[in-house]
Amino acid sequence: MELTREQNDMLDGKYGKGVAYAMKIQVAVGEAFDAPRMVPITRAHVALSNQEADLWFAEKMLEGGAKCRISPTVNPGFCLSYFTEHHMVPKEYADLMQRTHNAYKALGATLTYNCTPYVATNIPHFKEIVAYSESSATPYVNSVWGARSNREGANSALCAAITGYVPEYGLLLDENRKGNILVEVKADMKDDSYYHYLGMCGKKIGPGIPVFTGLPEEISSAALTNLGAELNTSGAYGMYHILGFTPEAQTMEQAFGGKEPERRVEITFEDLMDGRDELSCEGHRDIEFAMFGCPHFDLNQVRYIADKIGGKKLRAEMWILVSYHVKELADRMGLNEIIEKAGGHVIPDTCPDQPCWGHLKGKYGVTESPKCAYYPKRRGINFIIRDLDTCLEAAMTGRVE
Amino acid sequence: MSRRYKCHKISEGVAEGEAIISKDTIMFYLIDPSTGTVIEPHHDIEGKSVAHKIIIFPGGKGSSVVQADGLYQLNLKGNSPHGMIIQYPETVLISSAIIMEIPMVDKVEPAFYDDVRDGERLTINADDGYIEIMD
Repeated sequence: MELTREQNDMLDGKYGKGVAYAMKIQVAVGEAFDAPRMVPITRAHVALSNQEADLWFAEKMLEGGAKCRISPTVNPGFCLSYFTEHHMVPKEYADLMQRTHNAYKALGATLTYNCTPYVATNIPHFKEIVAYSESSATPYVNSVWGARSNREGANSALCAAITGYVPEYGLLLDENRKGNILVEVKADMKDDSYYHYLGMCGKKIGPGIPVFTGLPEEISSAALTNLGAELNTSGAYGMYHILGFTPEAQTMEQAFGGKEPERRVEITFEDLMDGRDELSCEGHRDIEFAMFGCPHFDLNQVRYIADKIGGKKLRAEMWILVSYHVKELADRMGLNEIIEKAGGHVIPDTCPDQPCWGHLKGKYGVTESPKCAYYPKRRGINFIIRDLDTCLEAAMTGRVE
Repeated sequence: MSRRYKCHKISEGVAEGEAIISKDTIMFYLIDPSTGTVIEPHHDIEGKSVAHKIIIFPGGKGSSVVQADGLYQLNLKGNSPHGMIIQYPETVLISSAIIMEIPMVDKVEPAFYDDVRDGERLTINADDGYIEIMD
């Protein structure tokens, strides 16, 4: 790969050890993809995870004197103030979150702790070159906004934020952004939960860039968030197109670059149900909790829940995970009060796959998100996956069929 | 006589180990770090261990943090795979392999896939761009 003098100086350590390490990783990635050069970025999002590897890497950069050139927004860990005040998290894990916070703060990150930056705090424009990690974020910025990011890992996105460059390959180039799989959806997309199930069909869709047809004319940003999140749970997708809807797929010609699709896949109602059930525990049981907000719920979703459960009493605890600004709005608009009165909680800055959920170990709960069910498996938390209305009903009755 | 196949370097280094073949893509977070055993339900190699082996698989899947954390945890317990041979490189998995210093290659001669069997001893030399099936 050909580097500029500045990039070579970075690699040679003239900007410090941390920058040199970041550049070394990026050059290795670039060479693996035969990238000819590095190009500047103007935005980044780092999927901070508050896991040991994440902290190890961030602290290693910091010890090497690195500082972000492009301040990245970051993913949630857990809300330290809430979970320590409620004595829900052991000291060792509170310390881990504090260290993660300190490291990213010192690196100069923008501490949003939110996994949906692309709808509020960090929105790229068409063709902007960016480095986004986070399952739902990469496909959203590529597909919906038409910005250009490869499917960065949390670590490679942090490297990009530090050096201010990314190797030029993959989805940064016109010719690699064309669809190659025609995915005909032959099922009624009843609500936003169904986009979760559609995203879970990655095994059937196969590797490449899917072009979806047969979807409704109106698709909410929450539905698009769900679709991207699950495509990167069931597989690895940096981008998709929706024919006549996303900006680079206004026609078949544009979506496929004038070529024939390499594969055609039909998605039926049964496929969607398989997508829902693959990671779900069996229903027909009592449940102790409901968890929503993987990815973070937006204000409309919080309002929807407040409308449905307002004035009622929940039998199961309910956790609704949101960004700090949706929490602020929910407080301001009285939605939080309604939900709290029913027995639910709106929590900012928090992810379901965090050590703050120790009290849910061994328990059964409901969620509408397969991704929410997938990763916490390692923590021994059990989920039954149903559409949102069914989950809300289950939280009120304490039972799911 | 060992058989040699050309390939392309992704993550540098030389490694030796027993081959394990997975038809499914892999998410390293749902592998038990204390044993290296795949715990993901319905996975092609569910219940098998990847510890100290050379994994032959299509590529990665899953969120942008869990590959690095999965490999990091395996490494802490001394149960990392020794090497990886993939078909569909994507940034999340390959940057994790580079950071965790696990040799990885792609673009292997098609004949390799016809010849290789589960349990055979392999050498990967990412730096010189070849794989050997040892007899």
